[in-house]
Amino acid sequence: MKKPSLVVIGNGMAGVRTLEELLKLAPDLYDITVFGAEPHGNYNRILLSPVLAGEMTIKDIMLNDVDWYAQNGITLHLNKKVTQIDRVRRKVIADDGTEAAYDRLLFATGSNPVMLPVPGRDLPGVVSYRDIKDTDEMIEAAAYYRHAVVIGGGLLGLEAANGLKLRGMDVTVVHLMPWLMERQLDRTAANLLQKSLEAKGLKFLLEKQTAELLPAQIPPSPPFAKGGAMEATDVTIPTFEKGGARGDLRVGAIRFKDGTEIPADLVVMAVGIRPNTELAEAAGLHCERGVAVNDTMQTYDPRIYAVGECVSHRGTAYGLVAPLFEQAKVCANHLAQFGISRYTGSTTSTKLKVTGIDLFSAGDFTGGEGAEEIVLSDPSGGVYKKLVVKGDKIVGSVLYGDTADGSWYFQLLRDGQNIRELRDRLLFGQNHLGNAGHQGQNRAESMPDSMEVCGCNGVCKGTIVKAIKEKGLFTLNDVRKHTKASASCGSCTGLVEQILASTLGGAYAPTPAEKPVCTCTEHTHAEVRKSIRQHKLLTIPEVMRFMEWGTPDGCASCRPALNYYLVATWPHEAQDDPRSRHINERAHANIQKLGDYSVVPRMWGGVTSPDQLRRIADVADKYQIPAMKITGGQRIALAGVKKEDLPKVWADLDMPSGYAYGKSLRSVKTCVGNAFCRFGTQDTLGMGIALEKAFWGMWAPHKVKFGISGCPRNCSEAAIKDIGVIGVESGWEIYVAGNGGTKTEIAQFLVKVKTQEEVMEYAGAFMELYRQEGYYLERTAQWLQRIGLDFVKRHVVDDAKNRGELYRQLLDALEARKDPWQERTQEGAERQEFRVLEILEEVPA
Amino acid sequence: MSEWIMVCLLEEIPRLGSRVVHSGKGEIAVFRNGSDEVFALMDKCPHKGGPLSQGIVFDRKVTCPLHGWTVQLDSGEAVAPDCGCTRRYRVRVDKGEVHINLS
Repeated sequence: MKKPSLVVIGNGMAGVRTLEELLKLAPDLYDITVFGAEPHGNYNRILLSPVLAGEMTIKDIMLNDVDWYAQNGITLHLNKKVTQIDRVRRKVIADDGTEAAYDRLLFATGSNPVMLPVPGRDLPGVVSYRDIKDTDEMIEAAAYYRHAVVIGGGLLGLEAANGLKLRGMDVTVVHLMPWLMERQLDRTAANLLQKSLEAKGLKFLLEKQTAELLPAQIPPSPPFAKGGAMEATDVTIPTFEKGGARGDLRVGAIRFKDGTEIPADLVVMAVGIRPNTELAEAAGLHCERGVAVNDTMQTYDPRIYAVGECVSHRGTAYGLVAPLFEQAKVCANHLAQFGISRYTGSTTSTKLKVTGIDLFSAGDFTGGEGAEEIVLSDPSGGVYKKLVVKGDKIVGSVLYGDTADGSWYFQLLRDGQNIRELRDRLLFGQNHLGNAGHQGQNRAESMPDSMEVCGCNGVCKGTIVKAIKEKGLFTLNDVRKHTKASASCGSCTGLVEQILASTLGGAYAPTPAEKPVCTCTEHTHAEVRKSIRQHKLLTIPEVMRFMEWGTPDGCASCRPALNYYLVATWPHEAQDDPRSRHINERAHANIQKLGDYSVVPRMWGGVTSPDQLRRIADVADKYQIPAMKITGGQRIALAGVKKEDLPKVWADLDMPSGYAYGKSLRSVKTCVGNAFCRFGTQDTLGMGIALEKAFWGMWAPHKVKFGISGCPRNCSEAAIKDIGVIGVESGWEIYVAGNGGTKTEIAQFLVKVKTQEEVMEYAGAFMELYRQEGYYLERTAQWLQRIGLDFVKRHVVDDAKNRGELYRQLLDALEARKDPWQERTQEGAERQEFRVLEILEEVPA
Repeated sequence: MSEWIMVCLLEEIPRLGSRVVHSGKGEIAVFRNGSDEVFALMDKCPHKGGPLSQGIVFDRKVTCPLHGWTVQLDSGEAVAPDCGCTRRYRVRVDKGEVHINLS
């Protein structure tokens, strides 16, 4: 059967990104044809500024070369502009007569630069700044002429001006408004910016309105730099031929409304862009500022989709890359006939790509009614930071000079996170929040290429930068997939994001806060949990059917998550699926690098006995266990056990599983407390053993560790445990969500109580809340950062009834638990896991 | 001449699971996927030699339990962007019996 055909008009970043997303989801669904008006493959338009500045070449910024289209079976028409769409016969026609029929049509025509309607705009030497051709013209002009004038002091204009200056021209920026980049910056930041650009040699004329562009007096204008007798018109390229009535005269000066004039051999118009809707309008599609689309990126003609700068979505047309990529993803999802994704608009941020100038702007920096400003201003140090806050949330931010925390503020802004508690330290940045983690803010740019970024996978900065440039990576996930950097423990995620941001400049799209569970689905963890609860889904296939999973049986990322959500939500009804658990939780031991296992029996509260120790020693002898190790959780690990031996080892140990392998309660670390210690105030051993006996075998989003100390000296390190209980004379202090691992987090004070029973109830309620609300693989510390301590206090401290209910739910979920080792030492289906099949003799050749 | 050797019954391999076969050629992982297709690979991940048999099986793939590489069951090749290959053995199911060919 013939495949339906998809025609894409526009070979830019949005259109091709949509195709890439589509090919990932449904590689063989369509016959694809792409029309591009430019003679190039798909390139990264955002990086034209570094090309103009001579820091990169066109080759560096190609995203998909012509081979890519061939490899993916895509018909590519370069240099052909589509001029007509016949919606009745469903075909498009290009300017050279090429026709292509479509079943689905994708508009990605981008935008056109706005040309000021002033006399002289058609003169040779007047260019816009949009594509490779414009950039080439500017580079050429810079080689032969002296005076450049850039009209427009916005992002693009300043980048153009900077590039031309670096190429040796004398550059003046003309701007209509009283300060530069007025849509992204307030006056103070703009003044700082202007000062440092002036220091680089740029000149500025503000509040100047262009009246006319004048031709050069003596034709042709004499080249000053090189080439001797070369005529000015020799460097002009086709579009210049339409010099019009004034013949071949090149632009020579610019005159303003106030009558003043300055020389100009090159005029760059960078006053804005306008969605390119000409073709869509001619085809009768409804257009607003851009081609109007709904949340599924469909135009008023359901066969026709549109993405990118040509689009108007809920009244907004975007000119930055991050929203375009979000649109591309949604559009691809619908083209692939998955139909489960919606685009609801984007919050955007801006960075200026001028080397040596750090500038970041996001959201609404003017604030308006009810907004407050938090400002740090150090004019001679060249640092200015402003956060606009409304109702305890960041609504806008302008950073100049020190932008290291830009992505952090942007994240807080997009998440709408309550910043009340951070407020006094907010401006000093994420590193001043009192955590000692190595997030790597501000370090990326100054790092040498040879420096290791990801310790887990041994990835250096240079490798990451190379992959970003060569493979055209844009997101954290891309980098993880290709380089493995930050793909393991994740502690260098901040640093990798910084490297992405500094390599890509404005093209960097921060990872969305709410990510899909994995690439099998568009749904987030929160959505999956909600559906399981609301619709009482009990098995993984049921969830996948109900939520329209994109793959037949998921993958190694989503299946364990789904399995956890099912058993945590419906502990007595959902069937645990061993095939969706990591081998550690299936074999109930920890797999080691050589494929054997370590075994850690439970020692309640870290307390042992001669009899236990004797048994452990005997087992180690009998099974020739190569190593024994005291763990950090006050237990003994037997390392290097063969899988086949596990059930026998467990049987001989005759001790319960320590769950040292599971997303579950691991160790409860105690000090000796008032039983022996002269400082001890409480019975910590009794407390620790009681907690461990109550909560062992509890599945959780991630591993959980407790620490119980008998005095504030805190010998059991309770301050870096998921639950830390510290005894004082008058009772117990309970701390939550500490972490001693990847990123050290100090546990936060939850409540102080009097009795052991109260500790049990508060700790249990906190655990159950985490079990119900945490996302799979989210430690308590990350979870708390996401939902806030207030949320926990509301549910666990302030509301006694709710606390009791949570505690009851946890005890109820734990009612049917069985010790997994004991279960597996008995004969039964579970033992099959540990049996190797018969041994085959050497096969005769 | 090829030598087909019976290793077990199909039902002895859990769906979306595997069994390990000791052989003169080393350990071999025999997988059964969600559509009851059976595959056999040398039980060594091309990355760092992890036991693929212990990984999570989905579609025609398995994810190694050590560092999360995903390997294609029908070819033994690592899924891009990872790069590497593990040896694949021919396998067939006949009247509910799983046969493997080590030649």
